[in-house]
Amino acid sequence: MNQVTAHRSFFPHDAAELARQVEAGDVRTVARVITWLENRDPLGAAVLAHVAPSPNRAFVIGVTGYPGTGKSTLIDQLITAYRRLGQKVGVLAVDISSPVTGGAVLGDRIRMQRHTDDPQVYIRSMATRGQQGGLAEATQQAVRVLDAAGFDVILIETVGVGQSEVDIMHVAHTVVAVVAPGLGDDIQAMKAGLLEVADIVVVNKGDREGADEALRDLREWCKTVIRTVALKGEGIAELIAVIAEHERWRDLDRPALHNRKGPSINLGSRAG
Amino acid sequence: MTVAATPLRILIGKVGLDGHDRGVKLVARALRDAGIEIIYTGLHQSPEQIVTTAIQEDVQAIGLSIHSGAHNSLFLRILGLLREQGAGDIVLFGGGIIPDEDVPRLKAAGVQRLFRPATPMHDIVEFVNGLRTER
Repeated sequence: MNQVTAHRSFFPHDAAELARQVEAGDVRTVARVITWLENRDPLGAAVLAHVAPSPNRAFVIGVTGYPGTGKSTLIDQLITAYRRLGQKVGVLAVDISSPVTGGAVLGDRIRMQRHTDDPQVYIRSMATRGQQGGLAEATQQAVRVLDAAGFDVILIETVGVGQSEVDIMHVAHTVVAVVAPGLGDDIQAMKAGLLEVADIVVVNKGDREGADEALRDLREWCKTVIRTVALKGEGIAELIAVIAEHERWRDLDRPALHNRKGPSINLGSRAG
Repeated sequence: MTVAATPLRILIGKVGLDGHDRGVKLVARALRDAGIEIIYTGLHQSPEQIVTTAIQEDVQAIGLSIHSGAHNSLFLRILGLLREQGAGDIVLFGGGIIPDEDVPRLKAAGVQRLFRPATPMHDIVEFVNGLRTER
């Protein structure tokens, strides 16, 4: 780790000290370590190597689905629900980088702004930076940072995806796929991809025309299908309940979880 | 990886009671097209929300558009909050309708740059690109 010394004086350069600050929940340090991981700066991985070995304490929920189905609004409601339960909530909102310029406009958190003043909520936008699969390269490492920082629930919003962007299944304990009525052909397409990795399917905007048909159709394919109207908060309590049920199942069946996470569980020690 | 290869992260948004977001959206798009990652907050943010968001997102700079006439109090409040929260290294810049006589005071207080109406987009992009620092 000798090469990781040429950094701004604002932060300490000692990975062990930085790891202690992460574990103390210091927001600036948490944010900067995620930046280093995004930038493939060796100091980021060095800090991860110094946090308690994979606390794996946080419950990680992935929210995925096509663009415009209401993922951000649903997450906004889930934040509220988990805060009511006294949980400390971290959010990683992944959005796409321009394949042409590498730039990005990251706006998922606009729908979650009412939580900005809550010190028990941390929201971080991540750009994909060319990564396929619906997440950013550093998303899984960012989960480890938030886990180490003591977040109880970590919500990951994937880019707006459909069939093949299923990396979330390797990172989240519970995957929630969000669909909206009126996307009939898209739902057909999802059956071969996203719906296979989803633990729970949500028909959001469930007060719209076509919601009943979408629910009926999806229930033929998926065990757990929930109707929500995220803008009004409808169906959120039921969604929280089925997520909790899935979590209990997960706790009873830990070996299956570890198989599911596969070798990627150790990404954080890349430079170690 | 070289420093130049990692995108800048910049918060762009609007603060206070001001719904004029056409210009700020154009700026956000131009910066995106220059390869910059923009955290866009949208309208009606409080100074506290801006500073919290900037810290959570670990941005290099905050760029605010203000057309409400409240620029003096809003910019000064944000500068104060940044310092209070140990984030005085985050650059603050802005644009909008800001009278000549207010500019020296805001710059002296620590607003790095103020872009007035009819500024060429290129000037804003060049300024933001100049904010690249080793992190």
